This record gives sequence, C-alpha cells and structure tokens, in this order.
Amino acid sequence: MDSPTTAMPAHPATFPPPAALRGSLLRHASPQHFHALAGRLLPWAWMLAAVLLAAGLALGFLVAPADHQQGEAYRIIFLHVPTAWIAMLAYVAMAFWGAVGLAWNTRLSFLLMRALAPTGAACAFLNLWTGALWGQSTWGTWWVWDARLTSMLLLFFLYAGFLALTASIDDPQRGDRAGAVLALAGVVNVPVIYFSVQWWNTLHQGASITPRGTSVAPGMLWALLLSSLGLWAYAVGAVLSRARCLVLERERHAAWARRLPEVAR
Amino acid sequence: MSLTLHWTSLHDFVAMGGHAGTVWASVGAVAVFLVAELVLLGRRRRAALRALAEAVHEEPVR
Repeated sequence: MDSPTTAMPAHPATFPPPAALRGSLLRHASPQHFHALAGRLLPWAWMLAAVLLAAGLALGFLVAPADHQQGEAYRIIFLHVPTAWIAMLAYVAMAFWGAVGLAWNTRLSFLLMRALAPTGAACAFLNLWTGALWGQSTWGTWWVWDARLTSMLLLFFLYAGFLALTASIDDPQRGDRAGAVLALAGVVNVPVIYFSVQWWNTLHQGASITPRGTSVAPGMLWALLLSSLGLWAYAVGAVLSRARCLVLERERHAAWARRLPEVAR
Repeated sequence: MSLTLHWTSLHDFVAMGGHAGTVWASVGAVAVFLVAELVLLGRRRRAALRALAEAVHEEPVR
C-alpha cells in the first residue's frame, strides 16, 4: 500500500493487516498495479466467456434432449441457473470485499465491492425474469410468494439498495463504508436462498446439482456447466473492467494514471 | 453423450415445443443485458480516459 508509485495516500488503518497480507500481496492492491494486472487478464476473460458461452448454449439449445416432464421449456435453465449462481456469489464477494475494506481500509477492496454490484444486480434481475417466464411455461404462473422466489427478490432489492445508497453519497469514502455495511448486513440472505428449497415446502424445484451428485442427463449437465463457466468468465470480465474504470475515476490526479499510454494527448 | 442435433427442422427449433415465447424472451433479455453492459463499460472507460487527457492538458505531467 505504501509503494511510492501509489497516489492514494496510505490511510491510517484501523489495525494493521496480518503479516501474510503485507508485502508482495499488498503490492498488487495498489491501484496502479491492479489496473495493469486486470488489463492483462481482461482479454482472457472475454475470450473464455465467448468460447464457453457459445459451447454451453449450443449444447443446451441444439443438442441436449428434451426434459421428460417439462418438454422444451426447461431449456431456460441454461440461463436461469448460471445467473442465480452469479447473483448469489457476487453478493458474497461484495460483502467479503466490504469487510476487508472496513477492517483494513484498503481502498481497492471497496472498488471491487462497488464493481461487483451492477453485474450482480443484473444477474439477480435476469434470474427473476427467466424464472418468471419458466414458471409461466411449467407452473402456469409468473410468480408465487414461495421462499425461493421471495428470497431471490430480496437479493435483488439488496443490490438495488446498495446501488442507490452508494450513488446517493457524494463523498466516495463515506459511500464505500455505508455500502460495505449494507452489503454485510444483507449477506445472511444468501444461504437462505440456497437452502430455501430444503427448509420450506416450495413450489420451486430442489437443486439438481449438489455436492453429493446430480440428477441431470449428461448432455444437459455439460451444457449447464459450460454456460455457467462462460457466464462466470463474462462476470469476471465485467467486474474487472468496471473496477478499472473506478480506479481511473478516483485516480484522476495521479501522475501514473495521466502517463498511461491509453490517455490520448 | 452423442453430439447429434436435437431438432429435425429450423421450425421445430424456433417453436421450442410450444414454448417459443418464454424461452426466446429469456434468451433475448440475457443477450440485451450483456450487450448493454459491455457498451456501457466501453463508454465509461472512454470517458475516464478523456477526463485524464483533459487533466493532462490543463496541468501537464512533468
């Protein structure tokens, strides 16, 4: 953090980071290093996203067999499940970076927290949208106030609240802290979503893929895994790319940012 | 797992066994969101770089 190339002043930390985090790891936490590192990772993320999504969706929509109960409507699963996983895990990651930022005042953690929110919110919305359409096709209703659906809707509202709160506070540091507190307060909802189909009697079907195995035909399983990995790669790309924008916006006055070759003179 | 095409015709594929509306509205929404996010991210990066260029112009880096 106190590398001389860092323009962000080293904040008085509330308490020092653990020894393992000091040194080489924290060097990557300088905005300048992060900007360069993320820039090198981005092409790989976009390439993986394109290849895996194309393969997963081609398998899912062209090759995978029809479901013996739901016919062809089940194919929505290849978008519905990946968006659910990303919406939930992006929220956990957001809360994690918020906690790291609150504990050690590392500003890059707050930037990552902020960068995750729009992509997570979009996935939560798309999950509800595809779920409503799937529900209409298989249950005959767009919506029920069932535990799984309601807790997912709550996750979307938590994302929306986070985005509204952080956008409404002009001082970036205060916004970071307020956002982190909200993200942490809401994280308890994520395990509730995951276990809702076990804890309550829901209309939503149970998990098809669990740590103990799967109940899905191989073609469907491969399609689901590939499209999930593809959407993951996309989400990583989107979050890294947004975090790079946030770095440049906050480092407007830093000499390193002004010397970037991309800055047209 | 054999990689044979599940559909017998393009018409079958588009019809999605009578669920064309819900299936394609799902695919379309995801596509629109991903493309929109990519466009917005590209714009945001260009705006950030432009702001930096303007800052350099006003107060050149030594």
